[in-house]
Amino acid sequence: MRRSRFTWFNGVALALGLAFLYVPLALVVLYSFNGSRLVTVWGGFSTRWYGALLANEPLKEAAWTSLKIAVASSALATLLGTLAAYALVRHGRFRSRTLFTGMLYAPMVMPEVITGLSLLLLFVALGLERGFWTVTVAHTTLTLAFVAVVVQARLVDLDRTLEEAAADLGAQPVAAFLTVTLPLIAPAVGAGFLLAFTLSFDDLVLASFTSGPGSTTLPMLIYSSVRLGVTPEINAASSLMMGFVAMLLLAAAVMSRRRGRGAAVRSGRG
Amino acid sequence: MSEARAAAVGRPLVLFPPFLWLALFFLAPFAIVLKISLSEPATAQPPYRPQLPWSLDPERWRAFVEGLGLENYRTLLADDLYWGAGLASLGLAAVSTLLLLAVGYPIALAMARASAAWRPILVALIIVPFWTSLLIRVYAWMAILSPEGFLNRALLALGIVGEPLQILNTNAAVLLGLVYSYLPFMILPLYASLERQDPTLAEAASDLGASPLVTFWTVTFPLSRPGIVAGALLCFIPIVGEFIVPDLLGGSETLMLGRTLWSEFFSNRDWPLASAVAVVMTVLLVGPIVAYRNAEARRLEPRG
Repeated sequence: MRRSRFTWFNGVALALGLAFLYVPLALVVLYSFNGSRLVTVWGGFSTRWYGALLANEPLKEAAWTSLKIAVASSALATLLGTLAAYALVRHGRFRSRTLFTGMLYAPMVMPEVITGLSLLLLFVALGLERGFWTVTVAHTTLTLAFVAVVVQARLVDLDRTLEEAAADLGAQPVAAFLTVTLPLIAPAVGAGFLLAFTLSFDDLVLASFTSGPGSTTLPMLIYSSVRLGVTPEINAASSLMMGFVAMLLLAAAVMSRRRGRGAAVRSGRG
Repeated sequence: MSEARAAAVGRPLVLFPPFLWLALFFLAPFAIVLKISLSEPATAQPPYRPQLPWSLDPERWRAFVEGLGLENYRTLLADDLYWGAGLASLGLAAVSTLLLLAVGYPIALAMARASAAWRPILVALIIVPFWTSLLIRVYAWMAILSPEGFLNRALLALGIVGEPLQILNTNAAVLLGLVYSYLPFMILPLYASLERQDPTLAEAASDLGASPLVTFWTVTFPLSRPGIVAGALLCFIPIVGEFIVPDLLGGSETLMLGRTLWSEFFSNRDWPLASAVAVVMTVLLVGPIVAYRNAEARRLEPRG
């Protein structure tokens, strides 16, 4: 099978597309090291804005809040999303499948203002005080679908005979899941966790609706100052956020490589 | 099949927790939004009435039901402002989805035609910006498009314009921001369907004498329809309710539904009217959302 040739037109499309995606972000990072207070005039290399960030107490507090919410909600979303993916792949057609997939996939595309408003009204109706846990619940609801899709794609491709072999050798279903299935889908579960983590860490809209006093997240804080205009300090904060996410991605890539190879060796021997 | 099923963890055990979670935190809230959209605003805590009567007294329930009305929907229908926001949302979402297709298709095609070693790297390069906060990606464009921003500086320096262009706070900036923010959502489904295409089909067409352009229009493009549908829905639906992009890049004339809902809720504190906007938006989007669910379920269906 010969693939269609990669033409100069393809090359130009790719180069322009990647430039379009990366140049704006590169400018933010570059100008976070700008010594000048003027945002678009280069005034020499400086790290003064990063220093200013370190002295900014509300910002550090918001970053800590965001981090805690992201850890809690992505852990919950990974658990629920993996269960949902397993149910959809291993249990074929059940009666409420249409309703279930509808509820699962809708939050992925549903405009966030609607999800945010409806969750807030639920919390008010239940008389819950808004804060850390209400934002965590909102983020879990949004992100568990993303985990489910990532894990589902992996489960569909998984060789079922491995689970059946475990069952034939006397493993109970739960034991077979924990010792055979889970290690094999671990890279996808890890990727799902990471995706959920960054979605939560970056979210502005759901958090604005569902957070209360004392639980301002980092994007909420950045948003309130972005509205007033572009400042070098926000450039520095944005660059740190991007660097943090890039580090997580790199760690995930290294981890899934090692795990993937290990799993391949194990199933190759088996 | 029955043997295989015996090897799976029981359905109630795996299905119940996510089912309950979604029913409680995704489905149930919609009933509440619907109810509050029929209420009227009040200067109370919470700021609407009537309140649900937490009792079995039929009299109080009757009073509750009589207190509900369609007043908010009448307000929405009667006011040109809301019609304008609705039409602008659908219009901007449609135009930006078409632009996304035009920009995303050549990129997805190039990725699908790259060598096997390059393809995973290119996919990663397209996904990475998606992991960056939408807020930061939109913010980056504010710095480029503002009157003293990079673009205007470059245009002035090159002598193309005499004075800075007003690009920020216009619908053009919103369209640019939407295309930028949603590009990975368009490229990835397109790439997935183009990459899976059997190359012998295009080969057969060119062997039979079709030029590359004809081959593309009669074979490659029609075969990529599932990717086009998935990508278009994945962009169109959330764009209709998008808040951050029109809020930061748009001007006062850019009234989209997401922004309207936000300002009714946060600025005017009119929770019932914000709920009515949410209900209208949901009704507008039910068709596309069901289509998206079907496309996604088909894609991830277990084989056999």
